[in-house]
Amino acid sequence: MKILYFASLKEKIGRSEEDIDCPPETKTVGDLLGWLQGRGEGYAHAFEDTALIKAAVDQEHATLDAPITGAREIAFFPPVTGG
Amino acid sequence: MSISVQLEDFDIKAETEKVTAGRTDIGALVTFTGLARDHAGTKTVEAMELEHYPGMTERELERIEKEAHERWQLQASRIIHRYGPLYPGEQIVLVITASAHRKDAFEAAEFLMDWLKTKAPFWKKETGPSGTHWVDAKASDDEAAARWQK
Repeated sequence: MKILYFASLKEKIGRSEEDIDCPPETKTVGDLLGWLQGRGEGYAHAFEDTALIKAAVDQEHATLDAPITGAREIAFFPPVTGG
Repeated sequence: MSISVQLEDFDIKAETEKVTAGRTDIGALVTFTGLARDHAGTKTVEAMELEHYPGMTERELERIEKEAHERWQLQASRIIHRYGPLYPGEQIVLVITASAHRKDAFEAAEFLMDWLKTKAPFWKKETGPSGTHWVDAKASDDEAAARWQK
């Protein structure tokens, strides 16, 4: 599964994307976020305040309870600030 | 309906002409242009960098545009959003809406901007005299978008 990080999350984690095989019990965006938090200091820092984390599953906005089974691409990012 | 996510600047006149070319049924044409400001509150902004999510950005703008066409009687629309480095005074975003009567075009343009600001995956990083920082999302933008929730 491809995981993408944007903006401040990308800088804190130190990479913009990675391919990961997450454990089978990670079934939702929230599960994945929780699992990523334990991957190291940068991840823990990036995902510290989950209220400020937005996600997309296969390029569509998704909430933390959204399922990730079968997804190709999951992205994590801060609230958007375009326009 | 058409959207573009691009590095280059855009020409408002050329874009409006493309929307109205060969048509005589349009009675109202609204254009909104968002510009890069030289300040954020009391802080000076010297430059900004707009990051985006290639692929999702285009899809999200298309979804937002489609939603506007479902809610209002629009004859045409155009959205252009830039990314990359931008300096004060430069154009960032263009929204054009065309309808037979003004109410639809006005409201749809406002809706497009409100939704774009809270849904399109762009992130601004500002540089000023005291350094560089990521811009925080504004609660006022969420409130502006919330009024269009059905």
